[in-house]
Amino acid sequence: MGEEKEEKEKKEKIKLAFYWGATCGGCDVATLDIKEKILDVVSIADIVLWPVAMDFKYTDVEEMEPDSIDVCLFNGAIQSSEHEEIAEMLREKSKVMIAYGSCACFGGIPGLGNVANREQIFKTVFKDTPSTVNPEFVTPQTEMIDDAGEKLTLPEIWDTVKTLDQTVDVDYYVPGCPPVVDRINDAIGIIAKYAETGELPPKAAVVAFKKALCDECERKKDDAMKIKRIYRPYELTEIDPEKCLLEQGLLCTGSATRGGCGARCIKANMPCRGCYGPTSEIKDQGAAALSAVASILGIEEETEMIEEGIAEEVDELLDQVKDPLGTFYRFGLPNSRLKRVIINPDGGKED
Amino acid sequence: MVEEKEIMEVEAEAEAETPKIGVYVCHCGINIKNTVDIDVVRDYAATLPNVVLSKDYIYVCSDPGQEMIKKDIRDGAINRVIVAACSPRLHEPTFRGTCISEGLNPFFFEMANIREQCSWVSDDKEKNTEKSKDIVRSIVSRVNLLEPLEEPEVDIVPEALVIGGGITGMYSALDMADAGYKVHLVERSPTIGGHMLQFDKIFPSLDCSACILTPRMVDVSKHPNINLMTYAEVEEVGGSIGNFKVKVKKKSRYVHATDWEYGTRCTGCNLCADACRLKNRIPNEFDFGLGKRSAIYLPMPQAVPAIYTVDSEKCLLLTRGKCGKATLESTREAIKKRARGEEVTKDELPPCVAVCDPNCRDFDMEDEIVDLNVGTIVVATGVDIIDPATQPEYKYGVYPNVIHGLEMERLLAPNGPTGGEIIVDGKVPKDIVFIQCVGSRNRQTGYEYCSRVCCMYAIKQAHLIDERLHGANITILYQDIRAFGKGFEEFYDRIKAEGIRFTRGLASEVYRKPGSDRLVVRGEDTMLGEPYEIEADLVVLASGLKPSEGVEKMVRMVKLSQSADRFFLEAHPKLRPVDTAVDGIFVAGGCQGPKDIPDSVAQAKAASSASLIYLTTGKAKLEAKISAINKELCTGCRICEALCPYGALEYDTEKKIMKVSESICKGCGGCGGGCPSGAVSMKHFLDKQIYAQIDALTEGLISTSS
Ligand SMILES: Cc1cc2nc3c(=O)[nH]c(=O)nc-3n(C[C@H](O)[C@H](O)[C@H](O)COP(=O)(O)OP(=O)(O)OC[C@H]3O[C@@H](n4cnc5c(N)ncnc54)[C@H](O)[C@@H]3O)c2cc1C
Ligand code: SF4
Ligand code: SF4
Ligand code: SF4
Repeated sequence: MGEEKEEKEKKEKIKLAFYWGATCGGCDVATLDIKEKILDVVSIADIVLWPVAMDFKYTDVEEMEPDSIDVCLFNGAIQSSEHEEIAEMLREKSKVMIAYGSCACFGGIPGLGNVANREQIFKTVFKDTPSTVNPEFVTPQTEMIDDAGEKLTLPEIWDTVKTLDQTVDVDYYVPGCPPVVDRINDAIGIIAKYAETGELPPKAAVVAFKKALCDECERKKDDAMKIKRIYRPYELTEIDPEKCLLEQGLLCTGSATRGGCGARCIKANMPCRGCYGPTSEIKDQGAAALSAVASILGIEEETEMIEEGIAEEVDELLDQVKDPLGTFYRFGLPNSRLKRVIINPDGGKED
Repeated sequence: MVEEKEIMEVEAEAEAETPKIGVYVCHCGINIKNTVDIDVVRDYAATLPNVVLSKDYIYVCSDPGQEMIKKDIRDGAINRVIVAACSPRLHEPTFRGTCISEGLNPFFFEMANIREQCSWVSDDKEKNTEKSKDIVRSIVSRVNLLEPLEEPEVDIVPEALVIGGGITGMYSALDMADAGYKVHLVERSPTIGGHMLQFDKIFPSLDCSACILTPRMVDVSKHPNINLMTYAEVEEVGGSIGNFKVKVKKKSRYVHATDWEYGTRCTGCNLCADACRLKNRIPNEFDFGLGKRSAIYLPMPQAVPAIYTVDSEKCLLLTRGKCGKATLESTREAIKKRARGEEVTKDELPPCVAVCDPNCRDFDMEDEIVDLNVGTIVVATGVDIIDPATQPEYKYGVYPNVIHGLEMERLLAPNGPTGGEIIVDGKVPKDIVFIQCVGSRNRQTGYEYCSRVCCMYAIKQAHLIDERLHGANITILYQDIRAFGKGFEEFYDRIKAEGIRFTRGLASEVYRKPGSDRLVVRGEDTMLGEPYEIEADLVVLASGLKPSEGVEKMVRMVKLSQSADRFFLEAHPKLRPVDTAVDGIFVAGGCQGPKDIPDSVAQAKAASSASLIYLTTGKAKLEAKISAINKELCTGCRICEALCPYGALEYDTEKKIMKVSESICKGCGGCGGGCPSGAVSMKHFLDKQIYAQIDALTEGLISTSS
């Protein structure tokens, strides 16, 4: 952008948009966790779109000029034609597009929908759940003619959940499910600096730490990591609050997860579930966490065992990992190399 | 706004010069040309990203071939080189050299293997050509991302360690010592010589074993450059090539070998052993208990060093605190008095000390730990025989007249328990049966390999018995006679002619003839297809060889690998037979695989010459393709630490990150796969390089990037 324009922007308030795709709404709520700081935001920015808090129409946005929004904070994954349409529209109208929250960054919890397809999801949600009474199996349609003979349309839900950057070009990432206050403040800091000076961090920056969570975690690791058995938290009567959780056999994915969250789960004696996504050098967070666990899942005296013995032990150990996909890919399935489970035309899962 | 460690980052691509790639497609005579369309591959290569020239030649590895590449580098036309030819195992070093000679970093060279992986695989020229294009494309994608590497150099401490003092260790030590280097030879038993010291004569020449061995043992013990440590064991090996840090435990003998504060030492006079209260009461392990010894002993008369050893588990003074009237206390005092020249009474000392003229005994002697710094290590820990009880049907340990091959050696040896007379269980046997392949070549026992020496030693022993017991009936039950060595077949023929009976078909069972102590050996003659039952006074089990006791400890300590048969694994079965996966550590002799003496000595000399390359040049090049840990990313999670099979990873407790020791890391990649935060990169095999290759190979099929 030109020098003069930058000058001008210093004086004017910048324009901010919030939007949500496939999400629980938690990211929007978390934004309010910054409390009085929200006033700082309002002092530097005009909010032009925020479906959860204010009343705007898509047409308001549609009518805007390209690049007329300065920063768009987009939370939620992309799971429908509506999400994609609006994402594309906002990209066109925004100078800076930020993937806000784990769903927009990596697919998040909605991304786990990629173990199934639309048909299966509809069947579960609109038929099989015990609380559902739907004998005619009515499911969402994209079009219908109402009594007045008017055609009504609904967005189309897709088989596959995508991340925001698999849909449009993304400038920055603010991960977290939801992002923590400190990092939201960092993001606001970036926006404020932009409003003031027009300066931005390098493209694709992630508003979190560079190192994985273990760096922030204060638990002790006294030895080379080795574990003999995997436990789920309820299986342990006592979890040592001082000792590395992984070392205690709990599947903590902190070593494969970007730091920056303040180790909140860890401090509550719960293993990290990976919502801050992988570090910059890792392409597939789940694979990294899985191979880390495979690396330390010790088979005692391996060298003295015969091969069949090892195979048996390995099977036994692996059986202890309940729901591997949900454990290692909880927040990142769409962002992973796997992306989704491949489903046969007949609806059965392929191995 | 952003805290110190809240680094917001992006992958910063280092500004690199643009690659100018030259691709050279080799015909390999007709090896590649016949089944790959060279012109097509060459022209295709020219279309790939950053390929500035592409040529073909009949033998790129030849002088003119290499000159072609050199000229292109010299002219500045190219700065990356790809040769599409054979396996990198064959010519990667050649072409790296080509690059070096023109001042180009050798890691800017890459081989595209279109021979072993393509032209030799199929005759379908069309498909081979397509595949060659794929291979070249994948290599080009990788070469575009290569980074220059340096091979670090280390200095070599000009000393060597040899572990095991059998014939192999002795020869290895002697060669290096003769070349002028200090050698530390560690042998765990009280004498050097290994198994060869137990034999009477050796096949196929029938040399007297002691006659050729013992002078060399003395050479070892007298050599000014050899620091001989017997009754000692290696406890710890750390460090890496050029500077291994070794801890050796010298077990206490309770006898001073060298001058000590009173200026005395053991002269090997044998008076103590003769005087010992337990004389002829303790089974001598050197003879497998066939002979008996005292509580202070030499394993055998020609032992080197001729220093007596107190068996601390048997000696009355050490186990009970009293021997006769003498107590530990009175003995201590009396030894001191004698050193001062004062008189002592008989009751103050046990008989063995009383007769010891040099007064070299010390009951307070403790195990001593010796720290060594050595540049190279030769492992020569030899063999043991496979326990014959692994085949219980032969009743070893049940009947006293079933013995194994090494026991037979001791019976034949003039320095053995019977002075060379063949007496078993008090009798001279007349009918003698050898059973071959005991333990060996047998799935059930778990030793599937052929032990290579037992056919020949049984034939040798049969001959020696026949020579001494005229008229003995000797039968050898075998499945095949393996007489593969120089002079072996001739030896076998000669012994056959002497009237030794060879029956093909291993025994199925040995049992005692009811009402007598004679044995019956039952089996099937596979030549005639008939069962046999042979009566015998003595059955000799020709047991095979296995790695010596403690090999697993050695494996862990020295970080060596074992092959499936549990012998040490060499770096390459044909081309690097005494090298190992650990630079600077060599294996030789029986510990590498069953072997006879000439082969063991050959390997001993090979290992010492390989080690001397380092000792004499004083330098070693280290692997450049190793692991690197990014300090900015490593969290010190310690997940990778135990993954390294070489112990190259060390946790820095202060900085709380992992460190790789450049001189130990082999670049195996183990840690790279384990690091969950991507802090580990394998130089020359960076993720981006590998993904680029996969993407190139799967172009249009799948995508790995993103
Ligand atoms: C019954 C029998 C008869 C044989 N007859 C012949 C023959 O006639 N001709 C022939 O060519 N070959 C013969 N052989 C083969 C011969 O024994 C081997 O080729 C030879 O012994 C190999 O020598 P080596 O030094 O490698 O091993 P070894 O002789 O086994 O010596 C190894 C040495 O290392 C020591 N050691 C082991 N572990 C350690 C440790 N951890 N630390 C320190 N020291 C250690 C041992 O105490 C031993 O002294 C015969 C073998 C047997 C079993
Ligand atoms: S050398 Fe002879 S006796 Fe020994 S295992 Fe081989 S075949 Fe059997
Ligand atoms: S690559 Fe890693 S695991 Fe392999 S030797 Fe090096 S440090 Fe050890
Ligand atoms: S696994 Fe990776 S992050 Fe963990 S200690 Fe090793 S190098 Fe560091």
